[in-house]
Amino acid sequence: MRHLLSTKDLSREAAIEILDIAEDMADVQQREVKKLPTLRGKTVVNLFFEDSTRTRISFEAAAKRLSADVINFSAKGSSVSKGESLKDTAQTLAAIGADGVVIRHGASGAPAVLAASGWIDAGIINAGDGTHEHPTQALLDAFTIRRRLHPGASRGRDLDGVTVTIVGDILHSRVARSNVWLLSTLGASVHLVAPPTLVPVHTTAWPATIGYDLDAAIDAAPDVVMMLRIQAERMNAAFFPSSREYSRTWGLDDDRFRRLAPSSIVMHPGPMNRGLEISSAAADSAQSTVLEQVANGVSVRMAALYVLLSGEREVAR
Amino acid sequence: MARTVLQQADIARALTRISHEILESNRGPDNLVILGIPTRGVILARRIAETIARIEPDAAPVAVGTLDVTMYRDDLSRTRTRTPAPTHVPGSIDGKTVVLVDDVLYSGRTIRSALDALNDHGRPSAVRLAVLVDRGHRELPIRADYVGKNLPTSAAERINVHLEEIDGDEFVSIEGGGAE
Amino acid sequence: MTSSTPSERTLITGATLADGRRTDLLLENGRITETGSGLSSAGAAVVDADGLLALPGLVDLHTHLREPGYEQSETVLTGSRAAAAGGFTSIFAMANTSPVADTAGVVEQVLSLGEQAAYATVRPIGAVTVGLAGEKLAELGAMAASRAQVRVFSDDGFCVSDPLLMRRALEYVKGFDGVIAQHAQEPRLTVGAQMNEGALSGELGLTGWPAVAEESIIARDVLLAEHVGSRLHICHVSTAGSVDVIRWAKARGINVTAEVTPHHLLLTEELVASYDARYKVNPPLRRREDVEALRAALADGTIDIVATDHAPHPVEAKDCEWDAAANGMVGLESALSVVHASVVANGLLDWNDVARVLSGAPAQIGRLAGHSSVLEVGAIADIVLYDPNASREFSTQNLAGKGVNSPYLAMTLPGRVEATFRHGYATVLGGELVAAEQVARAASVLSGASA
Repeated sequence: MRHLLSTKDLSREAAIEILDIAEDMADVQQREVKKLPTLRGKTVVNLFFEDSTRTRISFEAAAKRLSADVINFSAKGSSVSKGESLKDTAQTLAAIGADGVVIRHGASGAPAVLAASGWIDAGIINAGDGTHEHPTQALLDAFTIRRRLHPGASRGRDLDGVTVTIVGDILHSRVARSNVWLLSTLGASVHLVAPPTLVPVHTTAWPATIGYDLDAAIDAAPDVVMMLRIQAERMNAAFFPSSREYSRTWGLDDDRFRRLAPSSIVMHPGPMNRGLEISSAAADSAQSTVLEQVANGVSVRMAALYVLLSGEREVAR
Repeated sequence: MARTVLQQADIARALTRISHEILESNRGPDNLVILGIPTRGVILARRIAETIARIEPDAAPVAVGTLDVTMYRDDLSRTRTRTPAPTHVPGSIDGKTVVLVDDVLYSGRTIRSALDALNDHGRPSAVRLAVLVDRGHRELPIRADYVGKNLPTSAAERINVHLEEIDGDEFVSIEGGGAE
Repeated sequence: MTSSTPSERTLITGATLADGRRTDLLLENGRITETGSGLSSAGAAVVDADGLLALPGLVDLHTHLREPGYEQSETVLTGSRAAAAGGFTSIFAMANTSPVADTAGVVEQVLSLGEQAAYATVRPIGAVTVGLAGEKLAELGAMAASRAQVRVFSDDGFCVSDPLLMRRALEYVKGFDGVIAQHAQEPRLTVGAQMNEGALSGELGLTGWPAVAEESIIARDVLLAEHVGSRLHICHVSTAGSVDVIRWAKARGINVTAEVTPHHLLLTEELVASYDARYKVNPPLRRREDVEALRAALADGTIDIVATDHAPHPVEAKDCEWDAAANGMVGLESALSVVHASVVANGLLDWNDVARVLSGAPAQIGRLAGHSSVLEVGAIADIVLYDPNASREFSTQNLAGKGVNSPYLAMTLPGRVEATFRHGYATVLGGELVAAEQVARAASVLSGASA
């Protein structure tokens, strides 16, 4: 694999391989010495055009635990915000000798443009592009689900028959998109619940069912409920009338949480708006995987870096 | 054409002998940790542990596990991406005698990787190496403590190790390298 | 009257007209002076047109020449060269320059630059509102009365979205037989829009540009045009729904005309999946169903003309992430081949129809004085010779303007413009542009002769 740009074009075999390697990486995280020499001498650049401390430190920890050199390139306050183009930035990184570029960008498709550009001959990992995809988030979500459902025996498993309900701003969520493609590729049934204004207009081709009623979705007893973060600016753009109405209609409050089966899993990619899309009782419960997701993020990103950067570099184009 | 050099019975005898040698040099089964290197070293390690248990029925079972060395290899950027195998180290190895088990000893680079990997798991008091076949051509100053069979080969030849659990049949053969 | 020198007489032999008839054409003093077979070549430069189609010079009602203000993208000269390379002899230059073409001064400047370049007749389009700001009518009357004789007014790039302002504009231009060319895009429905809104935009995470944002403005404007009895032209129609609205309006007798671009006749939104900004254009590439509806509408006359929306940009405006990239494609050089590929090759249009939609009708909508849609004795000698049997892999070699932002690069397109004659002199000959000095000299000899 040369780049990790989306989960849409990830095969079931490739996805399971990454998840299995992540299991090995997770084992390493249990040791006293958490570092591997695998990417010694490689340089990984975290190229963040958008602020995201969580994602950046997760990738940074992953790269460092594989012994890669890490350069953090944050666009804020740099020449990038003064109008330097993606092309110039990419060529600068190429000149520095980056072997891998982890890119977070506000424009959908920016990682794909970088990968196809010829400006830089590095492995590209999409760390979230606009409202398009966030593939490592979906991989860590799948990894988390797999580990919860098959404790101690998750290697090689898919998600056949697992029911996942994703709730929130589907329209603008790269996490939702990546999860829809990946979870369905792995065999899960995905159900999306959102205000009708926050669902893309034509989703007939999506491998997911769509509904507007969270209570009905909860009563269908899904194995997994994944709550998405609701952004304040969506409310200002009149996608829904008020945060109170949103919370009442589409929030995982205590009552809805109690109606879930005790075996069901509650997920959230973070950062959470407690009391808005998820109640504290739900977020802090034993069913919640919020902190596991963070820990698993490092393992999955180590696996992704390993798969992209360890082998003989495939000849570009 | 492949030429069989060890039959199933030969392999069994070699492993039994190795087990005895391990017990002899370790003065018994105490403090032993036997770690197989994937893929076939894992099977061999398990068989050696079972053999030791048969020889010393009254002792506590010998700790046996697997040590994957993929992440420690020095040739990762020279081949296609390798799929790693799980590592399972049973308990602490601090102060223990670790016996690494592999099927074929060749350049020594795998064992070098294994020593590095082991180092990240703890500090054994001693590390030993057991291999089913030593075919020579070492590139590093590494030697085996317990050898099933020394097989002088040319670099052009290939050693095939088949084990029942993985391959469905069991033998060691030499292939290629021109006329014999 | 001065007698012509030999170099000003051109004899085109054995050309095939749009209706299939074969003829020679003698060009003298800017006009066609003789037709028929076996014409005397005495004193004339002979152009062998055996196997070539002779069409009336193409007219583009929608070109962005970028000058004044954006000369790094295109100039009147380079844009006119691109036009000639594509077989165009007249082009209407959009008003979104800097300064905006919203005064008599700017439109006269563009007119003069066109006359100097002399590769094509350049007719400026005037802005509807001051600075394209959509707030206050520009001096439409002054532009109409200027030497540029502006008849087409457009805020292209921006929609005249204020209904009252649109009504006033439609009414006002009646005084001088003008037309408002509307860029139909409801601004509130297209905030941040990046591509056609549909299944693909949802998947790619690009903000959608819904068809209804175009269709609702067209519906409003045809009703306004009906109400005030004015002439309305719809720029670059891109959706099947727009076609339905226009068809309805025409059936009702509303005086509306419409254009479609070559790219909307050939390309679909699937190209956007690469995030290659060469495919970013406004209005965006649409679905296959829309393309089919646009082709059918062009064939049945619901859509009157093809106009290029030639929109050159510097390389850096496309060599970037999708959101940051500029909208637009160059189109003059490829237009005839793309029309050929999209609606002629499949039999929807014949060459007579092509002559209508790419020459006669746009000239009529733009009130292009002196244009003749038939190649006959006495007509101004604006002619394109086209080889319909050629085929070429389209490349930057085929582009003659400054912009290389063509979506057709590396595509195989049918046909090839072999020669273009403007007012009797060649601007393209043997498939190659004639040198600028030679074109300028021919133009000045001609204006001397007609003076």
